[in-house]
Amino acid sequence: MSAVGPVGLLGNPDVAWQLFGHFLALSLMSIGGAITLVPDMHRRLVTDNQLMSDADFTSAIALAQAAPGPNVLFVALMGWYSAGLAGAAASMIGIMLPSTTLALFVSRWVASRRHWLSVRAFQAGMMPVTVGLLLATGWLLMPSPQGQLKAWLLAVAVALLVWRTRVRLIWLVAGGATLGALGWL
Amino acid sequence: MPRDTDRLTSPDSLRELFIAFTTLALQGFGGVIAVAQRELCERRRWLSPREFVELLASAQVLPGPNVCNLSLMIGDRFFGWRGALVAIAGMIAAPMAIMLMLAWLLGEASAWPQAQGPIRGALGGIAAVAAGQIIGTVLKLAAPLREHELGGSTSLAIAALAFCLMGLLRWPLLWVLLGLGGLTCIGTGVVLRSRGEARQP
Repeated sequence: MSAVGPVGLLGNPDVAWQLFGHFLALSLMSIGGAITLVPDMHRRLVTDNQLMSDADFTSAIALAQAAPGPNVLFVALMGWYSAGLAGAAASMIGIMLPSTTLALFVSRWVASRRHWLSVRAFQAGMMPVTVGLLLATGWLLMPSPQGQLKAWLLAVAVALLVWRTRVRLIWLVAGGATLGALGWL
Repeated sequence: MPRDTDRLTSPDSLRELFIAFTTLALQGFGGVIAVAQRELCERRRWLSPREFVELLASAQVLPGPNVCNLSLMIGDRFFGWRGALVAIAGMIAAPMAIMLMLAWLLGEASAWPQAQGPIRGALGGIAAVAAGQIIGTVLKLAAPLREHELGGSTSLAIAALAFCLMGLLRWPLLWVLLGLGGLTCIGTGVVLRSRGEARQP
């Protein structure tokens, strides 16, 4: 993970504008979350325009997965690595603005027609698919039981605790981080 | 959407909304869905589990991060567009500040190679917990499927099929949403119509 060093805290405004444009263009394609656009982002930011190094690109995704908050914050980190604070703000506004505006209008349209048969069929019909897709997300993030048996057992124990008890989730995170830092996983 | 109002509550102010989404986001390591379900349905009781899944379904077919779309819809439902804005800001502002500080600290820590092992270990531990949290939340969210219009066992079978297509066969998300999602919506529409429950558009 490289330091911000040469970029500086405030960053280069030209690079920040470029980032804003790239993320603005990608925003409306991010069905399933910004993470689905990672290959496209890599092409635009690393390969074509060299706005950041490959190592920074990868570590932005890894860090955002572990840090608190929505995963989309990896976009802010990419901005930070290429253009400091201005880059982080520009990237985040770029990725959020179009999708958020669309979501607001569509969800209002849906909410005001929630008695329509087609709207109710859509909302109820998507429920089972949503649950299945969320399970697939968790499944793909699971450690492998062959290579990382202890981490896998921890994940299974956490799943049971979350399902069956009301233990504060933050304690589970703290426990996992401690076990990992001590090298027990 | 029917609300069983005797059990559900609403936020009193934009301030409460902001604080709720900030605390929720700050507890969400490796993804926010699990904490959002816990906080919004069980602790604050702003949504029933069924409403949560329905909103999540809409949030997921729209572009943008699911949890951000979800918080926007909840904020909008209680306080209009100002609520939507406040909910998103709560979700992003504090976690973003913390994340940038963390990135800076980790950049500094690269000067100490002996710190790299424990840091990588801790991140791995958090990732394992995050995966477990999502699976535990799914097991809880499967409960409202038992009262689904298509019948409990059919809707659970559809959820299992969606899981297989995406998680095991690695189909692209869009295909699963359009294909299986479209078929399920049509089936649900047929059931609703035969019950004669809904007003026609």
